[in-house]
Amino acid sequence: MTDRIDPQTFAHLVDLAALELDEQQAEYLRRELNAQLSAIHELEAIPLEDDLPITSHGVPYPPQISQPPRADEWQPYPDPQEIIAQAPESEAGYVVVPDIPHTTLE
Amino acid sequence: MELCDLPAYELSLLLRQKQVSALEITQSCLQRIEKVDGRPGQLDGGQPTPEDEEKVHAFITLTKKRALAQANAIDRKLAAGEDPGPLAGIPFTVKDIFCVRGTPSTAASRILANFVAPYTATPVERMEAAGAVLLGKVNLDEFTYGSSNESSAFQPAPRNPWNPAYVPGGSSGGSAASVAAGEAPLSLGTDTAGSIRQPAAFCGVVGVKPTYGRVSRYGLIAFGSSLDCPGPLARNVVDAALMLQAIAGPDARDSTTANLPVPDYLAALEEGVRGLRIGLSPDYFQITFPDAHSGEYRQQELPAEIEARVRYAAGVLASMGAEIIEDVPMPNTRYGIPAYFVISRVEAASNLHRYDGVKYGYRTPQPVSDLRDLYRKTRNEGFGLQPKLRILMGMYVSAAQYSAQYYRRALRVRTLIRRDFEQAFDPEGKYRLHALLTPTTPTTAFEIGAVYGDSVLMQYADQLTVPANHAGVPGVSLPFGLDEHGLPIGVQLLGADFSEPVLLRIARALELATDSEPWRKLKPQVLRNLAG
Repeated sequence: MTDRIDPQTFAHLVDLAALELDEQQAEYLRRELNAQLSAIHELEAIPLEDDLPITSHGVPYPPQISQPPRADEWQPYPDPQEIIAQAPESEAGYVVVPDIPHTTLE
Repeated sequence: MELCDLPAYELSLLLRQKQVSALEITQSCLQRIEKVDGRPGQLDGGQPTPEDEEKVHAFITLTKKRALAQANAIDRKLAAGEDPGPLAGIPFTVKDIFCVRGTPSTAASRILANFVAPYTATPVERMEAAGAVLLGKVNLDEFTYGSSNESSAFQPAPRNPWNPAYVPGGSSGGSAASVAAGEAPLSLGTDTAGSIRQPAAFCGVVGVKPTYGRVSRYGLIAFGSSLDCPGPLARNVVDAALMLQAIAGPDARDSTTANLPVPDYLAALEEGVRGLRIGLSPDYFQITFPDAHSGEYRQQELPAEIEARVRYAAGVLASMGAEIIEDVPMPNTRYGIPAYFVISRVEAASNLHRYDGVKYGYRTPQPVSDLRDLYRKTRNEGFGLQPKLRILMGMYVSAAQYSAQYYRRALRVRTLIRRDFEQAFDPEGKYRLHALLTPTTPTTAFEIGAVYGDSVLMQYADQLTVPANHAGVPGVSLPFGLDEHGLPIGVQLLGADFSEPVLLRIARALELATDSEPWRKLKPQVLRNLAG
């Protein structure tokens, strides 16, 4: 069984996932990813008709059992300070973060 | 028999007859917790001590003061002649994946360990509105990612009350263990691939995965948004029906709840099974799983004692007038896990991107160079291995170059799985089933440490439960015997969309018909060891 996710692809995934792994974790996770991909591989062998639609969730939602859309109205939260207080760092009602990196698009 | 061991429906009756108070019921549960639960799960909880190995460890947070205040309030209402609600005075536990205002709502993860929810999930709010008394928040696999509870960042993790050397199952392991050990008659869990039904089967209790959209997900910390279903765990079918009655129904705060009135789940509960068509499928009597070494797929018959209990259940139903339909084809059952590996990981990765150390939860204490560095360090330190694994897999299979091969394909395979159920339950079709009767799990509970770490083998514990999540259909697991090691065996009933009333009715018939069997009188080991 060859590894589909090589170390280079793995490093790219780790970057996309906004993670930072030590060597031991990386080794375990890459091994398990490849084992899971082998399990997923079974899907590729299933014959599917071309017009087979996707199911994004099991139970169909005909209009008669769907929730009507809510009115798009602003609802004030009674105590915004309570929400802000959950932030690891805040100041005068603002959430504080370190420098935000900027990329200039060409 | 102590109050905490009585069914919720009996407690409710005793309370209304003023033979007991809500306070006495709550105190009985708190005493049981004191006796059997041991130290609660905590971050950096260390290796289990010999004493830990004898305890249940269902809880992360015990809300004792709140419970006593709620019980007193119920007693005051009763004294004043007010209606305190259909679940008045009935204690319950909540899987710590639900937000409950003012309580730590941790998802059993370091990244949310310090998060105190500013609002309450709809199913919990409905339980409390019905008069139920919240005892606390119970442990689970981190973010629900597992089938054993071993992945919790809060250790010691829950243990199986029937034998504490074994896992309680998962991810609603704390829920199932707390109910089995008599710590609470009811618990609120969630089921994404079997996370209510599998631990219910492992711990010998009843678990209900309602139809997708039947119970609101508002306030549930999301895993797989198209699969997650909150639902009850209880010690008998009547209690599970009572609880489902309280939590089901449309919710304006969850647009995926079905806008359908909630039927009376208790009205027809004991009307029996005469005339019902109940199917057995060969596809649920074998398991397919990849060999750990070669990666080759192997098909294996189910353990004989599990199959025997399911066939015995079919015989019991037949003797009560149900028609048993053999050989119902469910050929796509075997693709449930591979499809789930793709769909659930994409949804999980998406849902976990919100944890970044900025707005709430854990933030790295290390110095950081910029915001990206903050994200990376925070997420690395805050997430355990299983969430990291799911995020990475979700990123991979949804990447632009692979999504047709994996994600879209898995969603189309999901259509095939759904069609198996549609054909089996079609009232005009060949089989016209009211329910499919299957085993809940391919094995009974396994020993702690036996599977954990092998993420593929662990996932295959859900092989017989996950098809219902793909299809959205409801399922009930009920205890139906013990294996040669004295561990519970569960049988499962699956039905068409919103067929909970008939599933509960069949389950209740099975429960009543076997009420006098000797195994039903046996108690879990942790209770047998109690003095007196």
